Amino acid sequence: MGALLTPAWGTVIWASIAFIAVLLLLRRFAWGPIMTALNDREASIAGALNEAEKVRKEMADLAASNENLLKEARAERDRMMREARDMADQMVADAKGKAREAADKEIATAKEAIAIERKTAVAELKAEVGNLSIEIAERLLREKLESTEDQKALVNRLIDESPLN
Amino acid sequence: MNRLLSFVGTLLVLGFIASNHLVFAQDHEGDTHSNHEHKHHTDEAHSHNEGAHQEQGDSAVVHDGDYGHHDAHDGLHHDQAHEEAGHHEEGFVAGTFIIHHIADAHEIHLFGDVHIPLPVILYVDGGLEMFMSSAFHGHGHGDRHFKDEETGIDYILYAEDGSYSLKNEAGEEVERTYTAGSIAAFKSDERLDVLDLSITKSVFGMLFILSLMVWLFISIANSYQKRPGQAPSGLANALEPLILFIRDEIAKPSIGARAEQFTPFLLTVFFFIFFCNLLGLIPFLGGFNITGTIGVTIVLAFLVFVLTTINGNKHYWTHIVWPPGVPNAIKLILVPIEILSVFMKPTVLMIRLTANISAGHIVILAFTSLVFIFSGPGGEAVLAGTGVGVFSTLFMIFMYFLELLVAFLQAFVFTLLAAIYFGEATHQPTHH
Repeated sequence: MGALLTPAWGTVIWASIAFIAVLLLLRRFAWGPIMTALNDREASIAGALNEAEKVRKEMADLAASNENLLKEARAERDRMMREARDMADQMVADAKGKAREAADKEIATAKEAIAIERKTAVAELKAEVGNLSIEIAERLLREKLESTEDQKALVNRLIDESPLN
Repeated sequence: MNRLLSFVGTLLVLGFIASNHLVFAQDHEGDTHSNHEHKHHTDEAHSHNEGAHQEQGDSAVVHDGDYGHHDAHDGLHHDQAHEEAGHHEEGFVAGTFIIHHIADAHEIHLFGDVHIPLPVILYVDGGLEMFMSSAFHGHGHGDRHFKDEETGIDYILYAEDGSYSLKNEAGEEVERTYTAGSIAAFKSDERLDVLDLSITKSVFGMLFILSLMVWLFISIANSYQKRPGQAPSGLANALEPLILFIRDEIAKPSIGARAEQFTPFLLTVFFFIFFCNLLGLIPFLGGFNITGTIGVTIVLAFLVFVLTTINGNKHYWTHIVWPPGVPNAIKLILVPIEILSVFMKPTVLMIRLTANISAGHIVILAFTSLVFIFSGPGGEAVLAGTGVGVFSTLFMIFMYFLELLVAFLQAFVFTLLAAIYFGEATHQPTHH
């Protein structure tokens, strides 16, 4: 039992020297580089994850801005189409107005011309009637107008003979 | 899943082999042990050993003196020896067998009579003496002797704990004890002071594990540097989870801000304990019990103590020496306890690790011993021995699984508690 419970000095000396030597050796040549490598890798993984997150956000932003751009473009197109339609309507309306005006003027001119024609015709008729009346009166005067009956018959005959129609 | 199955299969085979190996090995040793111990502790043994010595030459005088101590002043010891001898007559003593197998040794016992000798290095008589442990005569025949003809020094490798008396400068008789497996040296009837610096089984195992760790972790470090920023592969891949576990689950939460400073120590301690524990579970390799050797664990505990002490900040020492906000009367009780705890904490670390790892080995060896106990002193009760052997083997397989868990658990517990002590020593309070 004594051998189990009593530390042997030789073992203690060997263990101290060997363990401390290995501890220092490993700290310098193993644990140091391993820890550095692990930390570097963790940092690079964390960096890569952050980068990925950033890129994802950027992509989302880009998608949103594309959407906005598309919306604006659509609004622009709608506006342009509306303007074009308005302009066309305007042009048609203008054209119609001008056409009506032209037509009205034409009609007015025609009416004027007709009125002038009529006046001329009436004036000519009046002159004709006057001439005719004078002629009739001449003839009456030349013939012997004995009775009223005769006078009346004469007038009618004269009217009938006149080239009024 | 396949890997897990093959792992379990391998383990079952290993467990079975281990139990058989122990059974086989002990078949030999159980007998020889009982023989020699019986003889050693009776008068017959003395004459036997002395006889053997006289054949060796004039060294007999020395040992005569040595044995004389036994007889002259240690009657109690002698009585005990007789009592033990009584037990030995039954054939097999499980306690002796188990202690022999978990204690450190100067050679690696593979099986039967096959031993790997290890270098014995002694600082004796003002110089270093070196020879292989195979120089000691006899195996399992009590105290083993070796006489170095060049220096004229006689060496004894003790098989049992014992004691001798010595005259100090004042001329008084002083009782000294020695343990089984220790080496004594004599030169012309005089006992020399010996510092045993031998590469014992545990030292050899420890040096092997430490070399393995240097190779393993430096090659891992190189593999990281060769492939920076990439996923680990091979060995690095296998051990990275453990390295990260120590760093992220033990060092960082327990120590906090100064975790980085202590991580190399924690990693080294963890892998050293874990690998040593695993080495002790491999059968056919002499049953290493490195972390069950108190000479090894005391060093680990002492390093924890040193690191805690030199890194302790003002806050830590204030709370030990003059805890604030505590009535003076209570300080009288508290301060001694706190000061004691500074030493108790690493001591408990040492005892816990040593006891747990030794206990696992003891349980496995105890179930091996059952076979011999039930098969009778001469191995007559074959049927009983076989029946118990089957049961023991099954239980040992279970024990091996448990020991695999304990191998990890004890390494983890030692590392975690060390980290917590470092954390306490370096903690900077935010209040105050």
